[in-house]
Amino acid sequence: MTLAQIPETALEGPTSLLHTEEMVLNVGPQHPSTHGVLRLVIHMDGEFITKVQNHMGYLHTGFEKTFENRTYQQGVTYAPRTDYLHSFGHELAYVLSVEKLIGAEIPARANLVRVILHELGRIQSHLVMIGTGMLDLGALTLFFYTFREKEALQDIFEDVCGYRMNQGYFRVGGLSQDIPDGWIETVQAFCAKFGSAVDEYQNMFLNNPIFLARTKGVGVITPEQALDWGLTGANLRASGVALDHRKANPYCGFETFDFKIPTATAGDCFERFRMRLEEMRESAKIVSQALERLEPGPVKDPNRKISLPPREELETSMEAVIHHFKLVTEGFHPPVGEVYVPIESARGEVGYYIISDGGSMPYRVKIRAPSFVNLQALEYAGVGGQFADLIAVLASLDPVMGDVDR
Amino acid sequence: MALLDLFSKDVQELENEGILMTSLEKLVAWGRSNSVWPATFGLACCAIEMMSSTDGRNDMARFGSEVFRASPRQADVLIVAGRLSKKMAPVMRRVWEQMPDPKWVISMGACASSGGMFNNYAVVQNVDSVVPVDVFVPGCPPRPEALIFAVMQLQKKIRGEAIDEGLTKLPMVEAWAR
Repeated sequence: MTLAQIPETALEGPTSLLHTEEMVLNVGPQHPSTHGVLRLVIHMDGEFITKVQNHMGYLHTGFEKTFENRTYQQGVTYAPRTDYLHSFGHELAYVLSVEKLIGAEIPARANLVRVILHELGRIQSHLVMIGTGMLDLGALTLFFYTFREKEALQDIFEDVCGYRMNQGYFRVGGLSQDIPDGWIETVQAFCAKFGSAVDEYQNMFLNNPIFLARTKGVGVITPEQALDWGLTGANLRASGVALDHRKANPYCGFETFDFKIPTATAGDCFERFRMRLEEMRESAKIVSQALERLEPGPVKDPNRKISLPPREELETSMEAVIHHFKLVTEGFHPPVGEVYVPIESARGEVGYYIISDGGSMPYRVKIRAPSFVNLQALEYAGVGGQFADLIAVLASLDPVMGDVDR
Repeated sequence: MALLDLFSKDVQELENEGILMTSLEKLVAWGRSNSVWPATFGLACCAIEMMSSTDGRNDMARFGSEVFRASPRQADVLIVAGRLSKKMAPVMRRVWEQMPDPKWVISMGACASSGGMFNNYAVVQNVDSVVPVDVFVPGCPPRPEALIFAVMQLQKKIRGEAIDEGLTKLPMVEAWAR
């Protein structure tokens, strides 16, 4: 190239002669740090990110369509598979929506057991988030510590409903069965030990200088941005907005429990991790309070049009047999209407918007999934940082791809 | 012991001295079976149980399969953990093709093995239609113990000790056969 061919703008400074161009980097869908099958297309200017694009749908399972072909009671089995880390959250959201639609009465015992499992599920989800989040940042050890408590929780879930994950334990109108003997003591023992376990995690990572360097001031989301983009859950509270549906819009009697909503103002990755840690302490508090209030009683709505009759009644009562047959083969028919009950899951606001046309299956189900909304924060929180920061931001946003793609 | 002893003594004498005789093929298969490294390919719920199978309680490291490799080029077995959507199927095929021979596939969970509870437009009904599967694991999701059992079954298959339903011995999977 002769001097005459070089454009004049290139001659302005010594660096402008360097050949530079934007690099487009593809991450995923098979990548260890994307928490599932997320694909990111990242535009980079040297070391720094200029644009992040999320590509999702690699785990699209067709939940919403499947709900339309299942009876309301069968839908309980599908709900936990969307967010498999806090499966009780989705289960509860679905069940509460259907109950509002048909006007079921929930016995006090069933309500308290739901609160206990809902909060234990939140603890389990945050344990996985902290463990795998630190794994993404290169710290393997904490994973083994948090999974120790997670295994204890999964044993508790297994005791109560026979399944470690994806429980499907709630029913429209109560629970599938009563809790087993000795379960309350097991949970009490877990809650008593759990506080010291959280202290251990706190010592291991919140005071770790490498962790502080990787997360302090990284991926800042301002309160305005968080509200504009519809963030919910701990990601919103880390930015300083104290919105929690357990307080703002109480369900299952959460207004009667004594607990705090932890908030922070910085809105960076560090605070998002710390919020999870504080929330686990508060959840353990709620579980302890609920355990004290548990009293013997029924766990199902006595209305035979909603819940199955007990087994022994089937041998003596013809009416019970008829009800059983109708419920199993056809299910109940809610009145025509639309319903939406938001709840606070580990990731944020979950709600099932259900439209009923009077049939035994929903006409349409729309899932308001918090991970889907929270994930878009990556498109502005990740810009301006380095690639390694993006991994920290993604880990701190804690999306579950089953929840994003549904 | 001098090398000449190997030829002058008989097998029983050598075994008494702590020397075992085998064929090279079996020795390679034995070594291969005890370091089956999985590729990191978590899809859905089963991935959480796959992670649990490596934690302190279940510890899949006892069977030489705990090193989850992020790069398929370093992996021996692809554990398909979760429901495979139709959008993801070509990606998984490509990951499998990137793995060096010999390679194996474990189909973990009901969704991967048969579509499970999702018989709809979005989910591949059997990953065997995308990649050849060696071991199917039932469950939704399977317990970590079930996954460890599947890895042990795969080890038997690699060593040529596996038997089919009719109790006939399956041939050892040769590296060049694939």
